[in-house]
This record gives sequence, C-alpha cells and structure tokens, in this order.
Amino acid sequence: MRYMVMHYEDDAMEAGEPPSAETIEAIGSFITELSNSGVLLTGEGVGPSSQGARLTVDGGHITVTDGPFAEAKELIAGFAILEVASKEEAIEYAKRWVNIAGVTKVDVRLVAEMPGD
Amino acid sequence: MDGFEATVAAIWRVEAPRLVARLTRLVGDLAVAEDIAQDTFVTALGRWPATGIPDNPGGWLWSAARFGAIDLLRRRDRQRDKYQTLGVSPDKVDTDMDLIVEERDMGDDLLGLIFMTCHPVLGPEARVALTLRSVGGLTTAEISKAYLTSEATMAQRIVRAKRALTTAGVRFELPDRRERAARLASVMEVIYLIFNEGYVATAGDQWVRADLCTEAMRLGRVLSGLVPDNPEVLGLVALMELQASRLRARTGPDGQAIPLADQDRTRWDRLLIRHGLNALSRADSLDGGRGPYVLQAKIAACHARASSLDATDWVLMAATYDTLSLVAPSPVVELNRAVALGMAYGAAAGLALADQLVAVPALCTNHLLPAVRGELLHRLGRHQEAHDEFQRAAALTDNEPERHTLLGRARDCAGHDTPHAGVG
Repeated sequence: MRYMVMHYEDDAMEAGEPPSAETIEAIGSFITELSNSGVLLTGEGVGPSSQGARLTVDGGHITVTDGPFAEAKELIAGFAILEVASKEEAIEYAKRWVNIAGVTKVDVRLVAEMPGD
Repeated sequence: MDGFEATVAAIWRVEAPRLVARLTRLVGDLAVAEDIAQDTFVTALGRWPATGIPDNPGGWLWSAARFGAIDLLRRRDRQRDKYQTLGVSPDKVDTDMDLIVEERDMGDDLLGLIFMTCHPVLGPEARVALTLRSVGGLTTAEISKAYLTSEATMAQRIVRAKRALTTAGVRFELPDRRERAARLASVMEVIYLIFNEGYVATAGDQWVRADLCTEAMRLGRVLSGLVPDNPEVLGLVALMELQASRLRARTGPDGQAIPLADQDRTRWDRLLIRHGLNALSRADSLDGGRGPYVLQAKIAACHARASSLDATDWVLMAATYDTLSLVAPSPVVELNRAVALGMAYGAAAGLALADQLVAVPALCTNHLLPAVRGELLHRLGRHQEAHDEFQRAAALTDNEPERHTLLGRARDCAGHDTPHAGVG
C-alpha cells in the first residue's frame, strides 16, 4: 500500500529562508536512506506560497488568487509517496522525517486505489 | 493487532534487517545474529509499554542488541581461552570489539547480509525464504501466507537454511572482486524469483501474491542503493517495475487474465512506469545496457511507453529481442521474438521463426507456441490451421480462464469458412 506523507510549512519556509546547511545535509541523507530502503517512490518540495496561486470555486465560478497566503501552518510544503506494508510503517518513516527536517506537522494519508483494484 | 503491536511490527520491519546485518557482521553467524535480534525485540516488547516507544527506536534497539552481542563474544572468548589451555585449536573467531562501537558503513552490512541469504550453498527455496525473512523483515507467518504453505513448514525451511549456512561455515563477508559478479547474479536471481512468484501466480489469494511483487521491487531498490553502479541491478529494478505497472490491468473483475492487447492502459501504474524508466535510463548511461535484465526491461519499456498496441515501437522491440536472443537465448525468448517480428514486419515474418520452434522440446508441452502460431496463421487468413492450433493450445494449458479464451479464439477462426492465403 502507498501512503502520501505531507509536511507543512512554517514561517521560515514561507518567508523563503533556506534551511541551514546541516538541515540540508540531513535531509539529503534521509532521502538517500529512504530510497535505499526501497520505500520512496517519489517526492517533491514546493516553494513559498508567494510563488503560487490558489483557485477557489463559488457557484461554478473560478477565482484565481495569487500567493502569498496567510496561515503558513496550513500550507503543504512537500510530499513523499512511500510504498509500505502498513500505516504504522509509514508513520515510522514520518517520525524520522520530523526528527531530521525539524518540521512541526506531518500528515500521513493512504493513497486511494481505483475501484476494482 | 492493537496499535502498540502494529507499531512494534512496523519498527521490526524497518529496523530488523539493518540490526540483523550489523549483528551478523559482529558475530559472523546469521542464526546467532537473528537470535540476538529476536531477543532484543522481546525485551523491547516487555519494556516499551511502560516507558513508551523511544523516539529513536533504531538507536534503542542497537544499544540493547549490542549488550547481547558483547556478552556472547565474551563467552566465546572465554571458551577459546579454555580450548587454548587444553591445547586445542578452535576455529578462529573474529571478535573485534572496536566494531561494536564503530559506526561502520551500514550499506556494507546489509549487502553482506544479502550475499549471505542468497548464498549458492542454499537451494532456491531456502534462499528466497531466508532473504524475505532476514533482508525483507517479513515475519514467518507473512512469508508462509504468500507461499501458500503452513507457518510450521516455512519456519522449518528458514531454520534449516540458517543451519545449512552455519554447517557450510558461511560467515559474514563481502565477496571479493572476482567472486562478486557471480554472487550478485545469485542475489538478482532470488529477487526475480520472488517477483515472478507473485507475477505469474495462478492460484491462491491474488492480493497476497501481488504483495510478493511489491516486496521483490523493494528488495531490488535496496540492492540498487547498495550497488549503485551495476547496470544489471538497475535493469532488474526497471524490469520488475515496468512489468508490475500492468498488474492492476491484467486481471479482470472475475480474476480472468486480460491480454496486453485488451488492457485498459489508463489503469497502468504511472508512478511505477516513471520509476522504472528512470532506473532504465540510469542503467543505459552506465554501459549502454546489454545484459539480460536491461534488455528485458527495454522490451517492457516499449510497452510502457506506448499508448496503444498500434502505437508500440515493434521494430525497436524486435531488435531488442534479437539482441536478447544472442545474450540469453531460450525457447521462450525465441517465441516472444516471433511475436515481435510478426508485429514489426508482418505475420509471415513471425510465422517463419515460430515454425522453426515446433521441434524445440521445451515448447512441445507448452500452450504458448500453438497459441502464437494460431494468431499468426489467423492473421495470414489460414483459418483452419489457426483453429487447430488454438484447439491444441487449449488442450495444453492447465489454466481454466486461459483455456476458455483459447477455445473462444478457435471458434472465431471456425467462423471463417473460406480460407484464403493472405498477407499479414
């Protein structure tokens, strides 16, 4: 089964401050470890919301709002898709991510399979 | 399983392979290392309910396991001293205490473990079971379920495999340069055996069987992390991922097999395809890729890249089969080459090769050759002969849904009662 592990932004990320050299190195070695464990299928990080946009739909009408958006802690900063045997295994990897990257909030969500799978 | 047990099971799966690998390097013997690892987890199961699960369970487990290992090595040393006093020369035991505290390259530990569980002194079944158990971190119950055997049978197979390693004097080691290619071939063979067990499964709980494919792919990725510069390892990863990308589309709702031509390609797993194609291009960049796994992955990639059967690059596929038939000749490769030739250059070209295979003993009792000849003859308008071939194929398969499909093809041919010589 696949889980999408998503971490949230903090104020520093949203301000576009680069992480410290140690953090970058730790993240790099963690990603290597994850892919060498055979569980990492893909993953990406995103830039601050000032570089993005948000679409909202109201009564069938689409409104596009450019970033930045307030409440950084509600914004996704990146994701990884892990192939694991259980939710608990995904959580174990997510814990390491929290410890290494120093993020403050991570969601672990089951990737939905198409009906009939 | 409650939350605590599920969490500990997950920690076992994540941590046990590296823990066992590290312990094996330390004590030399896999069976002993596994015992220490098991004991350590039992200790954890006893302590963690009261203390809570540590933030760094891997570190906790390692320091606990270390005590078990040191204790064992000390006892061994004393034993050795005793032998020496008696004037007996026991086997040399490496008890380098520095190893215990030294942060060694974990990758080498795991690689050494994989070479051990895939050791040529073991038979294929033993290698598979031991690799899934020690390197995959699967429980004996999980392995026995996937292989449709009782847990007792599987437990015995694993115990015997470990004992066989001990008896044969197989210690933790990284094979030297000369030996390495052959040993790596054995590892790749084990991983691909596990994959195929899941992929070609025609009996039992399909979902559990597909899990074997997932496990094999994980092991393949682990191996490609440990041996990053080997194109065949990358080829194996690509081959498994590209084949597995079709898993969801190749079985219908009633469990019947859906041939490639009829698969809904939107159900192919894009993530696995992307991962597989990446691995393949890395393999290509290493040496151009002429090993059997890379070549098979290239063939699978021709399918994966195509949006339909017609859009498939059959000329490239036929050329790749040509190379494969030189590098790793086999009757099945020849048969598939006939299919590819038939698609690339017309049914007559395919049939010319398929006809040469009629006398090959390995294909005589197999339904594949008559099924392929049936298709090619049908496309050439030789419907009566095609009908007979499909009938023959149906009689040779022991897979019921497949027989059903083949008899249907035979009936299609019987509908054409004015045979004529056509061109494919």
